[in-house]
Amino acid sequence: MTELLDILSNLSFWVAVLRIATPLILGTLGVLLCERAGVLNLGIEGIMVAGAFTGWLTVYAGAPLWTGVAVAAGTGAVLGLLHAFLTVGLALSQHVSGLGITLLATSLSYYGYRVSFPKVSTPPTITPFAEMGWLGLPVLAQQTPLTLLALLLVPLLGYVLYRTPLGLSVRMVGENPQAAEGQGVSVAKVRTGAIVAGSALMGMAGSFLTLSAFNAFFFNMVNGRGWICVALVVFASWRPGKALLGALLFAFFDAIQLRLQQGGRAVLPYQLYLMLPYVLSILALVLVARKASYPQALMKPYRKGER
Amino acid sequence: MQLVKRNTSSPAALVLAPVGAVLFTLLISALLVLWAGAPVGQTYGLLLQGGFGSVFALSETLTRAVPLMLTGLAAAVAFRARLFNIGAEGQLYVGALAAVAVGGMHGGTGFELPPALLFVLMLLAAALAGALLLLGPALMKARLGVDEVVTTLLLNFIVLLLVSLMLDGPMKDPTAMGWPQSVALLADLELGKLIAQTRLHNGLLGACALAVLVWALLKYTVLGFDIRAVGANPRAAAFAGVPVTRTVVLVAMLSGALAGLAGAIEVAGRTSYLTLDMSPGYGYSGIVIAMLAGLHPLGVVAASVFVAGVLVGADSMSRAVGVPTYIADVIVATSLISVLVATLLTQYKVKFK
Repeated sequence: MTELLDILSNLSFWVAVLRIATPLILGTLGVLLCERAGVLNLGIEGIMVAGAFTGWLTVYAGAPLWTGVAVAAGTGAVLGLLHAFLTVGLALSQHVSGLGITLLATSLSYYGYRVSFPKVSTPPTITPFAEMGWLGLPVLAQQTPLTLLALLLVPLLGYVLYRTPLGLSVRMVGENPQAAEGQGVSVAKVRTGAIVAGSALMGMAGSFLTLSAFNAFFFNMVNGRGWICVALVVFASWRPGKALLGALLFAFFDAIQLRLQQGGRAVLPYQLYLMLPYVLSILALVLVARKASYPQALMKPYRKGER
Repeated sequence: MQLVKRNTSSPAALVLAPVGAVLFTLLISALLVLWAGAPVGQTYGLLLQGGFGSVFALSETLTRAVPLMLTGLAAAVAFRARLFNIGAEGQLYVGALAAVAVGGMHGGTGFELPPALLFVLMLLAAALAGALLLLGPALMKARLGVDEVVTTLLLNFIVLLLVSLMLDGPMKDPTAMGWPQSVALLADLELGKLIAQTRLHNGLLGACALAVLVWALLKYTVLGFDIRAVGANPRAAAFAGVPVTRTVVLVAMLSGALAGLAGAIEVAGRTSYLTLDMSPGYGYSGIVIAMLAGLHPLGVVAASVFVAGVLVGADSMSRAVGVPTYIADVIVATSLISVLVATLLTQYKVKFK
């Protein structure tokens, strides 16, 4: 017990929580935006890999860090456009298309990495984003600008979704596309836009890993974070504020398990600590299952004129 | 753009669709090969030769195809009933764990059974382990409406950590010099070789037989009818008196069991012990194979040989011309997407306004 208090009273622990939460916040917002428009995007896992790779490669080639972030977002947007073409344009299964995009984006990134660096054993590094010491706020001052951006995007997405006509259209096509079409909203255009924007956020989430949390690109570095974001969105009842809360809560437990593993404090095999985040995600899904209010048209392809 | 349903599909279109998909995939991959600075023709030649060009290549391809057939069947059965089981990777590993637990763990404990009986028990344990692992997500889907995609995906990570835990502890091979591998199966339990001097084992016959059984089950039994009905329209099926929950649970058990068997047969046929890198994503490739096969059990056999050939061929091609082996995964992923699009175009016309 005192051990736990030790951990919690340490400022560096809370710094770690916010750092672990950042890619989850960005990814969860991305999934949330897609699903609010009625489209499941299981491409997230691969889009994060692709964002991590292209963002890092851009910076490695000499471009500024923010250009790297923009390229990662652009990569996400392009993959999102492919997902939109398959699921909105052609009305294919959202599950299968998403998994296909994850496979494609992951294998393309790994292929690209190996073509660019055929014979390196230690991954080449870049200089990542610096901490925002000038901010003068505890915990936040030890984060990089990408974390600040992620935190600012939460109210922004909430505002757009609930306070603007655009957000209303997004929610409409996710709840009742027929009615939206009747109001003169183009379901195809709104859904495509939401998927592209959401996927751009996923790409940025990936770039945080290579441009901020670490300074290089590794294989398997996303390691299921994308799938966890998909679970977090259900946990958050598709609301940006709750998504932030969910990501922080998740990061809190992840940071605790990391601390418990370190410094000989571990009483159990380390694998059990590593399982914790995944077990918690499943538990969270079960807990909210009864009252989860899925967007009504989620996973239902919309073909104009067909019922 | 808008989709208009075709009333009839021309036979020519049905043939041209997969051919077009393959050509498109080859074109995309050719660009990537050029990027790596290798000659396209030679690369494809080596890939084909490495996958199918000799008895040895073919035996390696078929060896690789065995687990893919089983995970492909697991995905095909589940997807038929719209149970999106993305957890075949985890089910494969728990199957392998169970197989080692039954077939390798009791050396010297005085617990003696005739090998034939032990072999059957080993397969049953693996099937049961896989089935039980998918039962949880299936029940959560049926009772609570929890999306099974996410739960089965997350379980894959949990199972891999469990395997790592077992290989560090209870199942660790004490003679492996600290290498993380499990104790070996009893030698009597290993599968015989189908072709001498190769790695190809009798598991291939087992996997093909299971494909035929699954095909017959879907086509000729009541359960098969229920599965197809639930897959086509769960609400209509429930209205017509099909026990939807029971069907989903049975499908989950069947799908999980097939993936669990993939693990046991890999251990018994190829490795004889369990390691953490036993499966390079066979569970995930199974989904691709099922989709390439149009969810048809016999199509799964053909599709898994195709995918295995690309994977094996890419390995040997990569050694020769220096194109990264990841090209195989790109080919598989691209062919998945292009086959889906091509199949759709045989059913729908695209109209641009």
